[in-house]
Amino acid sequence: MGSYVPNTPSQRQAMLETIGVRTVEDLFASVPREMLVGDGLKLPVGRSELEVRRAVSALAERNKVYRTVLRGAGAYRHFIPAVVKSVVSREELVTAYTPYQAEISQGLLQAIFEYQTMICSLTGMDVSNASVYDGGTAAAEALTMCRDRKRAKAYVSACADPQVVETMRTYCFGSGMELILVPEKEGRTDQEALRSLLGEDAACFYLQQPNYYGNIEEAAAIGEIVHGAGAKYIMGVNPIACAVLESPAACGADIAVGEGQPLGLDLSFGGPYLGFMAATKAMFRKLPGRIVGQTHDAEGKVGYVLTLTAREQHIRREKASSNICSNQALCAFTAGVYLSAMGPQGLRQAAVQSMSKAHYLAEELGKIGLPRIHGGEFFHEFVTACPKTEAVLRALDENGILGGLPVEGGILWCATELVSRQELDRAVSIVKEVL
Amino acid sequence: MQLIFEKGAPGRHLSLLPPCDVPEVAPQRPRTEPLELPELSENELTRHYSALCKRVHGVNDGFYPLGSCTMKYNPKINEELAALPGFTQVHPLQPEETVQGCLEVYAQTEALLNEITGMDAMTFQPAAGAHGEFTGLLLIKAYHRHRGDTERTKIIVPDSAHGTNPASAVMAGFTVVNVPSGPDGCVDVEALAAAVGPDTAGLMLTNPNTVGIFDKNILEITRIIHEAGGLCYYDGANLNAVMGLVRPGDMGFDVIHLNLHKTFSTPHGGGGPGSGAVGCKAFLAPYLPGPVVRREGGGFRFAAPEHSIGRVKDFYGNFTVVVKALVYLLTLGKEGIPEAAENAVLNANYMMARLREKYAMAYDQLCMHEFVMSLENLKEETGVSAMDIAKGLLDNGIHPPTMYFPLIVHEALMVEPTETESKETLDEACEVFLRLWEQAHTDPQALHDAPVTTPVRRLDEVEAARHPVLRYAGA
Amino acid sequence: MNFPADLKYSKSHEWIKMLDDTTALVGITDFAQSELGDLVFINLPQVGDAVTKEEAFCDVESVKAVSDVMSPVTGEVAEVNEELLDAPQLLNESPYEAWIAKITGITEFEELLDAAGYQALTEQQ
Repeated sequence: MGSYVPNTPSQRQAMLETIGVRTVEDLFASVPREMLVGDGLKLPVGRSELEVRRAVSALAERNKVYRTVLRGAGAYRHFIPAVVKSVVSREELVTAYTPYQAEISQGLLQAIFEYQTMICSLTGMDVSNASVYDGGTAAAEALTMCRDRKRAKAYVSACADPQVVETMRTYCFGSGMELILVPEKEGRTDQEALRSLLGEDAACFYLQQPNYYGNIEEAAAIGEIVHGAGAKYIMGVNPIACAVLESPAACGADIAVGEGQPLGLDLSFGGPYLGFMAATKAMFRKLPGRIVGQTHDAEGKVGYVLTLTAREQHIRREKASSNICSNQALCAFTAGVYLSAMGPQGLRQAAVQSMSKAHYLAEELGKIGLPRIHGGEFFHEFVTACPKTEAVLRALDENGILGGLPVEGGILWCATELVSRQELDRAVSIVKEVL
Repeated sequence: MQLIFEKGAPGRHLSLLPPCDVPEVAPQRPRTEPLELPELSENELTRHYSALCKRVHGVNDGFYPLGSCTMKYNPKINEELAALPGFTQVHPLQPEETVQGCLEVYAQTEALLNEITGMDAMTFQPAAGAHGEFTGLLLIKAYHRHRGDTERTKIIVPDSAHGTNPASAVMAGFTVVNVPSGPDGCVDVEALAAAVGPDTAGLMLTNPNTVGIFDKNILEITRIIHEAGGLCYYDGANLNAVMGLVRPGDMGFDVIHLNLHKTFSTPHGGGGPGSGAVGCKAFLAPYLPGPVVRREGGGFRFAAPEHSIGRVKDFYGNFTVVVKALVYLLTLGKEGIPEAAENAVLNANYMMARLREKYAMAYDQLCMHEFVMSLENLKEETGVSAMDIAKGLLDNGIHPPTMYFPLIVHEALMVEPTETESKETLDEACEVFLRLWEQAHTDPQALHDAPVTTPVRRLDEVEAARHPVLRYAGA
Repeated sequence: MNFPADLKYSKSHEWIKMLDDTTALVGITDFAQSELGDLVFINLPQVGDAVTKEEAFCDVESVKAVSDVMSPVTGEVAEVNEELLDAPQLLNESPYEAWIAKITGITEFEELLDAAGYQALTEQQ
């Protein structure tokens, strides 16, 4: 059996003597006898490292890893510089707890402070928190930030990622906030409907940019409608797209949130990912979760601490607006390393190339009879009609390509900087053969 | 130490991407602000982060007896297997037949943890303990509602509970009823019986409790709640003391969360990612967040629970964290799981026995996996507080215990050594604790001034909060 | 410790200064601020809020704690001292000038103490 217990039987005996009991069982005297599992649980016997490695590697081998991924829909395979994994596997970092003891956690605190700065830079917002679980929970927490006594209705674009909307609904089931979908019109948020829906009880409107279909929304114009109704404006943004699109701040967002997975995190079957949240100065005290701040030590040296903690559950308890404690610190750290490695030039390139390759793919698919079903601008995802969805995806799959995601009306495709023109051409020719 | 933004030079960059091999397109309404990100060479970049990592103390750097956080050793094989491309390069929306290995990871881990906890079904969607609490409480809410029992609006929480418990209850739309603990740190059963009624939705409890004592009245406690029509929620923060020996399901709990990042050896990553798996008895399974993994024929598929509360997170949870927990479970197995619990309790009692000669124990009896000391008397005698002792420990390479928690003990230090520490480490740590106790009497000022060996001294938290500087503002 | 004679005090450590029969300024006492330690933020009430005697109407934060401030009267918030948002230290430095809210339309008072009575109360604690 495997064990990480270092103490030998004779050491354990000596320890029992110091404690003043005879056996380990004596230590459990307060546990009612009838409750003990007795002859043990129905668990397999423990195994050696080699056996476990064989068993778990076999599980990994039963998953298919595609050479080419043309599917996004909330999780994106981007290029990750080698330096990222090297840095974030440092064991000091991996095995540390939340930096409550600031004096021996300066490295982590500073890295999170740097991450916060980078998120502010990407989004144009004033203040970022130290992360939440993922993009969906970030969006859900943002709704709560906007609620007040007079305004308790959350409006959400029907063009947002359905998983994010579902997470928001679940949070609203808890909080009692009402969630209302603002309908879609031709692949984008229906601005006229939005204008007529938002009333005096509207707390906020959530817009995803680019939206679930990859389409770029008129975010600044929508912001004016939202503010015109006295509601708060939440934008859920793709962080890579932020490098080239109008920033949430420029569009008038009060809160910018999003899924940080594209910033150097592996697909990993859906997690761990990273929820980022940033807000204007006027709203930063409503941000949930940890925030790192700069200060000085007793000798005047610059240092970093977890700050504004009186907002949080461990102090405010039932009066806290969020219960979050553990977050995704290592993922935030990873995003910071990724953004530092890419730099402004690299990140812009990743964004431009993703967008350009998606446009190339859309054009080539259009030529063989898979036209886009929406007009207007898009970023790195788009929906095409497809008469033989299943056959097309199967053919791609057989060639090591994960095709787009089947959605209502066709297929939602995605391309990032990671796919070459050659791979795109190959995918298109495979599709052509099926049609 | 300089911030990364103060290093490098404009235009400096790594060589990462080839030139674009398709015609470039640009958005019609482009970003107008400059993109202020670091501009460094790879050498500068790695040196910066190496320097930062030297200023972090992890379990790998030394003893970490942080109460209620279970800072046990994080095995390397966990990391290696979770990093297999067959796990990390899998898209969450791949066809089910291409992710059978991932689904089996969930299925196997669920089966093992159900057996350990006495539950019937489990979701791995919650990303952390607090997220699990929220999820579990929504199950309770959905259950009562589905039965038309809409008057159950109150969740009972003992006053010793972690702050997430009441905060989660409020997020789930409940009001909180705090019940006092008795002088032994356990639930005051009479006060509990008086607090329940037709408005009781449930109770949240951890056992062993937050002062490290197994509540011997647990069966009576859960009976009182059930007889009042409520459900019992188990906060798994302290499961490490009893895993493989006692099951929350046998204590009368209906729904639980586990902290895979505490009990099941996955690393904390500086505060996350964790995994707050939620297990429940069969009658609550229809309410679980979807999708859940079901075995069907020779394989696995996703299924939506009938009356699901809806998802609490995108996709299926912090998957690779679950892989690490599975590796740990397979490694320890039937004998290793209870062995870990027994040794966690042995180590805690040993440290308590050695420290008792000087330090006052808040509850002076055998403990489970952790114990709480009260430095109230020491502070009165010498002026040296729990905080001062904690900072003194920093100068000795030891991560301090949890300070000032639980709130019901004054000047509290909560010590949880875990089972993966050797007697030698515990002895050394005890020597340090005892030396600091002496120093509190001989040279209290030195402890008020501690730490002196760390990269920075005590930081001004008042300044940080009064004048928040939350980002680099530019040169 | 300072106990100005022209003020009235609540048992929960707020001071109240009557401006006319139904209007008053409310703040926290010198004793309160010294017990709370360095205050770092105040969650002010909103103008127009109805307040009820002996019920919390705002809270103050130190680094490690949050404490409710109770209203000594029933009435409505007419004005708040926004200066405190940027300078919470005023609550520590000059508690009797750092008024928190002006309450109007006062219909009820809790049983208030005079300076001597309040000083006696703090000496018991």
